[in-house]
Amino acid sequence: MSIAGWLQIILVLALVVVVAVPLGGYIVRVLAGEHNFLSPVLAPVERGFYRAAGVDERKEHGWLSYTMAMLIFSLFHLLVLYAMQRLQNYLPLDPQGFDPVAPDLAFNTSMSFVTNTNWQNYAGETTLTHFVQMLGLAVHNFLSPAVGLAMAVALARAFIRSEARTIGNFWVDVTRSTLYVMLPLAIVVALALVVLGVPQTLLGSVEATTLEGAKQVISLGPIASQEAIKELGTNGGGFLNVNSAHPFENPNAWSNMLEIWALLVIPVATIFALGRMVGDARQGRSLLWTMAVVLLAGIVTLYAAESYGNPLLTALGVDPSLGNFEGKEVRFGQAMTALFATATTGTSTGAVNAMHDSLTPIGGLVPMFNMLLGCITPGGVGSGLYGIIVVALLSVFVAGLMVGRTPEYLGKKIEAREMKFVMFALLIYAVNVLGFSAASAVAPFVVGDSGYLGNKGPHGLSEIIYAFASTNGNNGSAFAGLNGNNLWFNTTLAFAMFIGRFGYVVPVLALAGSLAAKKKVAPSVGTFPTTGPLFVGLLLGVIVILYLLQYFPALALGPVVEHFLMLNGKSF
Amino acid sequence: MSTKMQALSLFDGAILGRAAGDAVRKLDPRKLARNPVIFVTEIVSLVVTILFVRDVVTRSDVAFFTGQIAAWLWFTVLFANFAEAVAEGRGKAQADTLRRMRSDTIAKRLVDPHTRQYQSLNALDLKIGDVVLVEAGDLIPSDGEVIEGIASINESAITGESAPVIRESGGDRSAVTGGTTVLSDWVKVKITAAPGSTFLDRMIALVEGAERQKTPNEIALSILLSGLTLIFLIVCVTLWCLAGYSGTTLTVTVLIALLVCLIPTTIGGLLSAIGIAGMDRLIRFNVVATSGRAVEAAGDVDTLLLDKTGTITFGNRMASEFIPVPGVTERQLAETTLLASLADETPEGRSIIVYARSKYGLSEQNHLAEGMSFVSFSAHTRMSGVDFGARTIRKGAVDAILRFVGTAMNSAPAPFRQAVDRIARTGGTPLAVAEDGKLLGLVHLKDTVKPDIRDRFAALRAMGIKTVMVTGDNPVTAAAIASEAGVDDFIAEATPEDKLAYIRKEQQGGRLIAMCGDGTNDAPALAQADVGVAMQTGTQAAREAGNMVDLDSNPTKLIEIVEIGKQLLMTRGSLTTFSIANDVAKYFAIIPALFIVTYPELGALNVMKLASPQSAILSAVIFNALIIIALIPLALKGVAYRPIGAAALLRRNILIYGVGGIVVPFIGIKALDIIVSALHLA
Repeated sequence: MSIAGWLQIILVLALVVVVAVPLGGYIVRVLAGEHNFLSPVLAPVERGFYRAAGVDERKEHGWLSYTMAMLIFSLFHLLVLYAMQRLQNYLPLDPQGFDPVAPDLAFNTSMSFVTNTNWQNYAGETTLTHFVQMLGLAVHNFLSPAVGLAMAVALARAFIRSEARTIGNFWVDVTRSTLYVMLPLAIVVALALVVLGVPQTLLGSVEATTLEGAKQVISLGPIASQEAIKELGTNGGGFLNVNSAHPFENPNAWSNMLEIWALLVIPVATIFALGRMVGDARQGRSLLWTMAVVLLAGIVTLYAAESYGNPLLTALGVDPSLGNFEGKEVRFGQAMTALFATATTGTSTGAVNAMHDSLTPIGGLVPMFNMLLGCITPGGVGSGLYGIIVVALLSVFVAGLMVGRTPEYLGKKIEAREMKFVMFALLIYAVNVLGFSAASAVAPFVVGDSGYLGNKGPHGLSEIIYAFASTNGNNGSAFAGLNGNNLWFNTTLAFAMFIGRFGYVVPVLALAGSLAAKKKVAPSVGTFPTTGPLFVGLLLGVIVILYLLQYFPALALGPVVEHFLMLNGKSF
Repeated sequence: MSTKMQALSLFDGAILGRAAGDAVRKLDPRKLARNPVIFVTEIVSLVVTILFVRDVVTRSDVAFFTGQIAAWLWFTVLFANFAEAVAEGRGKAQADTLRRMRSDTIAKRLVDPHTRQYQSLNALDLKIGDVVLVEAGDLIPSDGEVIEGIASINESAITGESAPVIRESGGDRSAVTGGTTVLSDWVKVKITAAPGSTFLDRMIALVEGAERQKTPNEIALSILLSGLTLIFLIVCVTLWCLAGYSGTTLTVTVLIALLVCLIPTTIGGLLSAIGIAGMDRLIRFNVVATSGRAVEAAGDVDTLLLDKTGTITFGNRMASEFIPVPGVTERQLAETTLLASLADETPEGRSIIVYARSKYGLSEQNHLAEGMSFVSFSAHTRMSGVDFGARTIRKGAVDAILRFVGTAMNSAPAPFRQAVDRIARTGGTPLAVAEDGKLLGLVHLKDTVKPDIRDRFAALRAMGIKTVMVTGDNPVTAAAIASEAGVDDFIAEATPEDKLAYIRKEQQGGRLIAMCGDGTNDAPALAQADVGVAMQTGTQAAREAGNMVDLDSNPTKLIEIVEIGKQLLMTRGSLTTFSIANDVAKYFAIIPALFIVTYPELGALNVMKLASPQSAILSAVIFNALIIIALIPLALKGVAYRPIGAAALLRRNILIYGVGGIVVPFIGIKALDIIVSALHLA
């Protein structure tokens, strides 16, 4: 670890906070339908959409209608995206003449983009046409975070309303999120990326002759626009297979910093937005501090583990001074790789600028743990906010009784109904991650010699757990040693993404409905304090204990034992 | 606080014996199904027992280990049952006493309520609306309302208070309770409760816990615990697969051991005991709650509505100051007034004597001396006093005394006039004193605020509870008393409608209200309040409207009720936190033990340096069972509540039960491991 490295890390995080504070206020205004500086341009467009779709923007939904609208919207897009891939050879913008995508891969990919996961079992540049990339995938890079933001705001509204039957209008929330938040930011960041050297073209590829005289095909495409929303929308699906490690997606240190900034800024802004909505900025800040502590602890651990290097390689005579550099890009260095890996998994982005499979066991444990938490530090666009609120409700319920009152959070009593939804959401994650991991770990065609794992022993298990932690948390990053493009993983991972997204948000929206219907409770000195260091400590305790308890055995058999084996000079 | 029902100690030998038997009876799975965590424990105990039999039959070398695990799992279930049985034990003993009163009462049902002709029948055959005659020496057969007559009644059977109370038709003293005894005279009582639902029946059911319903918060907590149980079930089942991948075949016994250690058996086992003990604590305070829900609501109360008279003040006017006119000393005035009051038996007169003596150390003379003649108060003169020798001393209403000395108010000395004004403004009563036609000064009589009440309100404020004084006084007087007592708000010139409106307004603002009352006109407000405490001496309407009845009829008790509610919730939260925090150490004991053969390197996680894998697992299971027993006293006594504000309370409890919950099992499991390996149990 170096001071220069830390300065870079701190600089990026500081820039995130500086922009996120006003952005949070902007998000609140936009989703409340208030006038803002883009209204003169975008308001007519917005109204045009409502008129075309026959939506009455003043009519709000109860939680069930809101949920149904969200599900219908997502299902419709799932089918369209699937059809697009299966028919891509008949569609325009196919300079390379690709074949249709195989059914299981198309299913996996559609699910992946509709759920904001962007798990990629395909290699973009050799599988998908520009048409599918731009009108299929890129569109969902906008819509899936917009859906996330809509749901988070719907949940936040539940806290500020008293005895209300509605939580907002889904169509209006999604339209405003896309139009006012995602789109303008994506345009600015895309242009900045072009300035920093990221290609933006409709050409398919160019051929080059290398110094040795060999022919090399260099893939090109509308990369900058894709790249911008890939980070801003915490999507993570790269235009190119090696994602942000590729010089065309992420050419230099500045673009690297911009991309890390972009993937953090909206999730962080959303947390500030909550503070504004409930009229107490401290509420948002406490949640953010909690997230920040987990994030920083992750960065420290990952940075330290990677800087320490691999004693097995040191024993073979590799210079340990630079740390473990396998799978990393020299132009980013250890510090900005550690920050990227932690931030991309703390959010549900899943873009990578290094190969996570090559991280040291403890280094790899960090992204894995972030995702096992459900990507809530600071989380995906929207999903981070509702994810941390679920954790907060759980913490307040367990510990809140200790002040001698029935638990309440942000002025709402937490009773049996709310606990049912919270526990259901938690249970969904445990079943999803552990169930699919366990099934894969005992399937002979997965773990056998000609199976889908790149490694044997604990690291093989890590690859499986990582895959389901990633898809469940709608992250999308991977331990690349796992071969995911086969019927088993295309299907199971798609289901894991589906359950991780919709199995989780349905109880969350039900929770919103239940909370909105409650009377707001007045705070007093006797009220459980949900701000300040004590509450942050409590949240951290619950996160560490409750989540560690669920995944400790699995992690012990994966990265933890791998670490001890490494220290003892053993490998598989 | 009353100690009448405290005769039975927490761990009475008889109760413990009975509880041990009950613990076994409670193994009935149909009953245990109400408690998911312990129910799961029972099922897996059965599974391990079957495995033990198999191991014995096949002469497996793990039979001894399996047998011990099975035994400790059964102990876990039994300990949980025992905790509940102990909590119920005291109530059962009380219920037996109460039940004896109910049986065999003969009622005298009047054929015609206007005559006194009756037919005898068993009290259990009475119907609502029947009118019965109860004469001196009779037990009142059921709850009812006096419609004719007046009688003194001994209610000690219900309240434990042996001083008789008066019950008469009409007004706020008309309600009588079945099981109490008429001491003198007779009353005609109209029965208002059906057999089986009388106050006594409700009390029996309550102390016994027979119809105990889970309270809302208990239900929510059960959902959390069931959810955690399910999650850990998934963890253990999937662990079998993940272990299989790693080349370890886990036995069902060790997986079950892990499961039982992880699921929250501690709080699961103690949850209902905590609830029962909370109700029991209330009953020992002589408060009967109609539901556990009300006790929980008491913990959440934000605003207390307190009647001024009797709660905040003593309710009778007492001397608090002597104000002489110029030229007279305070001592002179005190001496003279004392003489005038020697034979005065009114509370005001008594208070003057007490005050004059304590303040000026005046003589111990208690009675009128020879030659003194007392002039008693009459509505006509509105003065009283004493004549002896040439001295004529009078005290009384200011205008009456002024007339007595032959002056008008505006010609009285200025300091005198100012003092009269000041006293009236602050809600006191000025009492003028004169001797031989000369005005001496004033005695300030005021409704004295109870000495410790200010501190109690400060404590309530620290809890986050707002106190509101309700009084019939005018706003100026009310404000003066309110500031002296330190209440946060007051309702002056209050009518029952004002009370109801205030409660509604507070509830609209998201606050929970507690109040107490006794009159029929309090009934709507009692019903509207979240916690309504009716006085036992109150009317039937009031007692039915509230959700608690205070048998001591002491309105100050609202404060204790709130504390009991808070204590109940705190105990639940603290033990839940403790239970979950315990799991960390259990993992460090069990996980390395499970995989030590495949991955000796995982021994690094064996931070407690436990002797062997088997002893590690056994020690964790034993700890898990014994901790339930160890925590029974805490569950029954409750975690102490301190009015130090939520933040400080939270910090304290997190430190004790959260951090403590992480640390304690590391020590406990290590100690057990030393014993287990020393005894060669594993």
